[in-house]
Amino acid sequence: MAVSESGAPIIDPMKQFMVKPLFGDGKVEGFLTITNSTLWMAIAIAAVSLLLIGGMRGRALVPTRTQSIAEILYTFIRSMVTDILGEEGKKFFPYIFTLFVFILFSNLVGMIPGSFTSTSHIAVTAVLALAVFLSVIIIGFMKNGAGFLKLFWVDSAPLALRPILALIELISFFVRPLSHSIRLAGNMMAGHAVLKVFAGLLGLLVFSGMGPLAVLPMGLMVAITGLELLVACVQAYIFAILTCIYLNDALHPGH
Amino acid sequence: MEGNIADMGKFIGAGLATMGLGGAGIGVGLVVGNFLAGALRNPAAAAGQTATMFLGIAFAEALGIFSFLIALLLMFAV
Repeated sequence: MAVSESGAPIIDPMKQFMVKPLFGDGKVEGFLTITNSTLWMAIAIAAVSLLLIGGMRGRALVPTRTQSIAEILYTFIRSMVTDILGEEGKKFFPYIFTLFVFILFSNLVGMIPGSFTSTSHIAVTAVLALAVFLSVIIIGFMKNGAGFLKLFWVDSAPLALRPILALIELISFFVRPLSHSIRLAGNMMAGHAVLKVFAGLLGLLVFSGMGPLAVLPMGLMVAITGLELLVACVQAYIFAILTCIYLNDALHPGH
Repeated sequence: MEGNIADMGKFIGAGLATMGLGGAGIGVGLVVGNFLAGALRNPAAAAGQTATMFLGIAFAEALGIFSFLIALLLMFAV
């Protein structure tokens, strides 16, 4: 921890979001550099694989605890996909499930003190959101041909209003990948910055000799950590459900 | 205090931009409050609408997060 001239700790809440190579002299060597971001993404993937492959190895009729966690995740997302997309949406289930568990586990391993939250970077979430956006466009045109454009032409509106509505629909369609990615990255970044700011307040209180007073912000820290765990799950859920809704536009355009 | 006037404008602008997050707070509060009011009147129908509530929260929150992004851009990118 950095220390100022008077000895007080300096807390920079944004320092935790620095991406840096783990090996070598700190130079980024193209795509193959192992940074703390890629390391924690790999750890998230390993945790998912361990839970889903290792947990389902027994295939017991009465599930063990690990197996029931894997089953709950699976049935939760499957029922969400069939609720929104219907029966024909089942072939998108692997994609949505992969997105959900990857984001969920990236968020959750990011809550480990000292770790790195890969989803707090817009570069990571933008790739996920752009993949969804492009697949909506491609699947929409493959399934419906030019009929996909009915998404922008609101038949139920009066004729005079339709061009204006088409413009609004078009703008809102192209803003989707932006809001889709920034919602996740912004939530993660803001949450972790808030945690760091409160932790810095604790450090300052202890430094200035008011240690007993630090019990109050410590309690708040515990509460905010709980809230962040909730946010980590809710944001993964929201990302998955929005993916379903956007894919639904591709499967069933029109209003 | 030292520093130049451009930095001062940057910090003031970033502070002003974060006020947009208050709007997100109001929006999320309205969504959840109205959901709860409806859910208490008809608890049987509430469980099926939780997904819709989370969607409403997500859309209300996204606009607030945009202003947070503006603040971050002012602080670190401009």
